[in-house]
Amino acid sequence: MYKYDAYDHALVRERIEEFRDQVARRLDGRLTEDQFKPLRLMNGVYLQLHAYMLRVAIPYGTLNGPQLRTLAHIARRYDRGYGHFTTRTNIQFNWPALVDVPDILDHLAKVEMHAIQTSGNCIRNVTADPFAGAAADEIEDSRPWAEIIRQWSTFHPEFTFLPRKFKIAVNGARDDRAGIRVHDIGLQIVKNEAGETGFEVWVGGGQGRTPRLAQKIRDFLEPRDLLSYLTAILRVYNQHGRRDNLYKARIKILVEALGAEEFGRQTEEEWADIREGELELPAAEIARIRAFFDRPSVSKAQPVPVSGKPGFAGWLRRNRRAHQVEGLSSVVISLKPVGGTPGDITDDQLDIVADLAERYGFDEARATPDQNLVLPHVRNEDLETVWDALVAAGLATANAGLATDIVSCPGLDYCSLANARSIPIAQAISSLVEAEGLAEPVGDVTIKIDGCINACGHHHVAHIGVLGVDKRGEEFYQITLGGAFGNDASIGGIVGKGLAGEDVPGAIVRVLKTYLEIRDENERFIDTLRRVGADAFKESIYVAA
Amino acid sequence: MKAITANRLTDGRVIYRTAEGQWSSRLDEAEHLDGDAAEARLAQAEAEFGIAVGPYLIDIEDERPGGQKWRREAIRLTGPTTGSTREPA
Repeated sequence: MYKYDAYDHALVRERIEEFRDQVARRLDGRLTEDQFKPLRLMNGVYLQLHAYMLRVAIPYGTLNGPQLRTLAHIARRYDRGYGHFTTRTNIQFNWPALVDVPDILDHLAKVEMHAIQTSGNCIRNVTADPFAGAAADEIEDSRPWAEIIRQWSTFHPEFTFLPRKFKIAVNGARDDRAGIRVHDIGLQIVKNEAGETGFEVWVGGGQGRTPRLAQKIRDFLEPRDLLSYLTAILRVYNQHGRRDNLYKARIKILVEALGAEEFGRQTEEEWADIREGELELPAAEIARIRAFFDRPSVSKAQPVPVSGKPGFAGWLRRNRRAHQVEGLSSVVISLKPVGGTPGDITDDQLDIVADLAERYGFDEARATPDQNLVLPHVRNEDLETVWDALVAAGLATANAGLATDIVSCPGLDYCSLANARSIPIAQAISSLVEAEGLAEPVGDVTIKIDGCINACGHHHVAHIGVLGVDKRGEEFYQITLGGAFGNDASIGGIVGKGLAGEDVPGAIVRVLKTYLEIRDENERFIDTLRRVGADAFKESIYVAA
Repeated sequence: MKAITANRLTDGRVIYRTAEGQWSSRLDEAEHLDGDAAEARLAQAEAEFGIAVGPYLIDIEDERPGGQKWRREAIRLTGPTTGSTREPA
């Protein structure tokens, strides 16, 4: 894991002291809310329905034990005993007082964390594969590149006031688990014919009210050119992105207006002027950053256990992932207990994950875009001990990738932008799916729920998406089918008119039952859906509505 | 009828403006206003520096949040409906 140097520490410290002074000036009236709002947002402080919300950056989703323990302390001391992991692999605290935020940032700085660039029209936290450095299907570890991008983009003066927020994803495995097709820039690590690694460059993806999949503008970018090429893309966007209309300001709108080919041409033209300059990455610097991300080794590899206590085998089957090092496994810690709030975790649970990461996980954990956690490196002989501890902590739900592993934005229960509630819908769906015994028979399926069109819950790229809308004071929910996140990314289509909230769980369950009736042998939900089309499920959604 | 609501500057909690020009966390202590008086009182609240951030008018029906935003305001009044919030330690 990357370790701050003196420059990093000084940068974060200076920002905290600056913000502490800004908070003091706001509290004594020297700053108005209009003056203060952009300053607090630059430090991750939003004002939501009930309270301030602090969004803490988790760089490319990586955490260690001391960091998890600090998050637990913040949840316990300054919040209401829990935090909420987001689809962008950050963590949000829903109840901090403004007067406490500078102290919270002090705690975070001690463990090399901050809330910088978690809001505003800047380059946000980079997304990477949560199994990076561990996945069996990895081409190359994406974390060093995500860290290089983090350092380059932090407080970047040219890109602090972009037309809109800007999100970059880096994926280094064959399976895209970072979502490169739904980010402003997606970087896929590939090998060329000579066996050298570089990047495919995708631009113009995003969700929100105008969902678009990114398009490829370069087949192979040499690693040394990464920062100059990103700079060229950002310059084209900064120059031509629309600032006159909030809803047309993202790069996806520009790429669509120009066409990917023309956008790529302009990028290459800009790049030609800067590629040989100071942005070229020296091999020594790449090696220095890579050295922070050592792969753990095992002296005597043990096999994955084939038996154990009741429930252990099922958890292994659903929540374990193959590791690139013999003798190690990765495990998903589900934050989706049936009927629970997706992504929520208590202070005590954070402490337990910290313990497990330190004792059995080479001091590493990851946050995932599915609002779960991962222990990326666990010795096979420790798997049952880890599972025992997770069971005791209420963190051993064996449902990774199942219909109860639902992604949900905070929705109208917390968010000032939301039109409808989303968490209670997720809770009701997972409870009904469980009661009907459908999760295991259905197998892999993604269900994602949003309380507004901004789509923080990624409903556009869910096999089954649910979008809450407000119609004259009442909540209704549109169902989308056929979206996907990853190599086969697609945008789901709205099936028909919206449903009342109480009708949504039944409709989803009927969709799942329809799939079980019409699927071919060993066919996944999304494959059946693509084979037969969404109309085949329409009747099941509306039959009883 | 209308009432004026905002968030408290120090901690962001939901507050309502009383007839005395103070702020309370209780909706039943809010001043009920109508028509031009509501707009005038809101303008006054917006002009003050004080403990309130972003004051705005909400509809009140039968002593409860009303109008098209009734659910949003009901959730602001009583808290999330997710069943997972805990009081401060």
